Amino acid sequence: MTPTRPTSRTLYDKHIDSHTVCTLDDQGHVLLYIDRQVINEYTSPQAFSGLREAGRDVWRPETALAVVDHVNPTAPQRVAAMADPGGALQVSYLADNCEKFGIELFDVLDKRQGIEHVIAPEQGFILPGMVIAAGDSHTTTYGALGAFGFGIGTSEIEHLLASQTLVYKRLKTLRVTVEGGLASGLTSKDVIMALIGKIGASGATGYAIEFTGSTIAALSVEARMTICNMAVEAGARGAFMAPDDKVFAYLKDKPRAPKGELWERAVARWKHLHSDPDAVFDREIHLDARDLEPMVTWGTSPDQASAINGSVPDPEAIADPILRQDMRRALTYMGLEAGMPLSDIVISHAFIGSCTNARIEDLRDAAKVVRGKHVADHVRAMIVPGSTAVRDQAEAEGLAAVFRDAGFEWRQSGCSMCLAMNDDVLAPGDRCASSTNRNFEGRQGAGARTHLMSPAMVAAAAITGHLTDVRSLQGSF
Amino acid sequence: MEPFIQVSGKAAPMLAANIDTDVIMPKQFLKGIDRAGLDRGLFFDLRFLPSGEPHPDFILNQPGWQGAKFLVTGPNFGCGSSREHAVWGLKQMGIKALIGSSFAGIFYDNCQRNGVLTIVLDEPQVQVLGKLISQQDTAQIEVDLQAQEIRLQDGRVMPFKIDELRKNALLLGLDAIGSTLQKREQILAFQQKHLAENPWL
Repeated sequence: MTPTRPTSRTLYDKHIDSHTVCTLDDQGHVLLYIDRQVINEYTSPQAFSGLREAGRDVWRPETALAVVDHVNPTAPQRVAAMADPGGALQVSYLADNCEKFGIELFDVLDKRQGIEHVIAPEQGFILPGMVIAAGDSHTTTYGALGAFGFGIGTSEIEHLLASQTLVYKRLKTLRVTVEGGLASGLTSKDVIMALIGKIGASGATGYAIEFTGSTIAALSVEARMTICNMAVEAGARGAFMAPDDKVFAYLKDKPRAPKGELWERAVARWKHLHSDPDAVFDREIHLDARDLEPMVTWGTSPDQASAINGSVPDPEAIADPILRQDMRRALTYMGLEAGMPLSDIVISHAFIGSCTNARIEDLRDAAKVVRGKHVADHVRAMIVPGSTAVRDQAEAEGLAAVFRDAGFEWRQSGCSMCLAMNDDVLAPGDRCASSTNRNFEGRQGAGARTHLMSPAMVAAAAITGHLTDVRSLQGSF
Repeated sequence: MEPFIQVSGKAAPMLAANIDTDVIMPKQFLKGIDRAGLDRGLFFDLRFLPSGEPHPDFILNQPGWQGAKFLVTGPNFGCGSSREHAVWGLKQMGIKALIGSSFAGIFYDNCQRNGVLTIVLDEPQVQVLGKLISQQDTAQIEVDLQAQEIRLQDGRVMPFKIDELRKNALLLGLDAIGSTLQKREQILAFQQKHLAENPWL
């Protein structure tokens, strides 16, 4: 039995209530039914081995979709063979497991291959109202479709494969209301980076976020994905938005979306997926989009971020001793001096890629900035499209030619230099303007330094060779 | 899973905020299809010098804290990537429990699934504990899960809270999948109704 809850419910309550098989205690634990999972080559092997050792089967294999994305090379010429023996073993073991357990797999040569959180929406594999769990922290991305997605570890993947469920503890609810129009040159990346900067890297730990407000409503579905994707960098275990007509239009003709009469029924049901008007959230935050400026990180945690026209902060001005020590450590690692203007930071690399910002709209934004310009001589600039389909579309639209002409490497799809598990790795001391999600120490390579920002801002930095307010580049916006 | 009941040992301070799973287990150790060798990868860039020698400044390399069974951690420990390799590495190094003011959600669950106890205390308490165990001669503590107590070298006792469900799973070393599959009929019944209401699923 579901315990008595107020009649007015949040979107989160509705998702959890409708997926609760049974409650397990009076402290919020439930057995939660999971509609879909996406599987990659690096967090799944031990889960499949566990099933094999216990002689267990996969409960509902058609609800899982596997893709190679984390370890594959992104060199422009795509081949099945991998030079890296560890990655090759993970890829072949994934293929074995998918074969044995009847799970569909997109391998590197598949036209539908790409980063898991890019291809799953692209395929219409994720639908409003679903609850999704997957072995990757950025599973929160699916919130943009009105689905509740969250990351899990390998033991949980095994549990999910075996039972279609997880032992789950209900989260508290946080509503983030963003109001006002975004100025030219600003993107949804700046919105989420500003939020993370405001509430901190653990500011939403223990919470599920629902985003709402006029700014969110005005964003495209892809732009919303960036926000939900990076909400995990504030500690949120899930972040979503009520699905609207934009979401339905986005999904309508996707390969796996329901068709015909079933589609009509589905949309009619999805229209009820919103928080009740008088639903009470555990916490509320308001953000005014009109106050925002393009954001960049200067430190080694995603919350160590400022507006581009600011300067590197001074640790000695921080009262809290832990924060002060963290900031000192971050600035030492990043090789930055307090007080230095952020726009004076010279980069060696520019990277546009990742599940956060490598969809077609991101590439269009970046192309608009670089068209007719050239990458600075001292910068190596790379574009790694979020999926093979995005790559194909960018080629068809002429964006690939814009990037190549400007001196960017135009590569194949994968997670690539976001976490550098493949051969796209920075060297110690390299400094990268990056459209990714994490600026952790060593994330893009041991000793390498990452500055997070929007794809348009990465494009601007690639052209000038230093962190740059994209709005100052003539003809960009 | 090995039960966690009552464990005594040294506790090592690791009080910086936001220690992420990339730092706990760097990318080059994620290329296996089993759990082997992750003790080597644990905190690799902090623990070893470029020469491969142990870094003398790293806490777990210092004589007073070698073989520590507990880490006393700063806020948001384990943030970032979902990689369970971080917890497997901690376990292989002999870490039985982590005590801190907050843990990242996925990491927290991964610890639970591997029988590694995570204890959440208020920040001031973590500071008190961190200060005490930063002294070599008072680094020894005892964690009693049954009694929900941390016993310090100076005789003080710090009680802690934990959900009964988590506590029992750890005390008994329960196989979570086995327990869930005992509810097979319930899951099937739920599924039938759920798919009937949402036939596109």
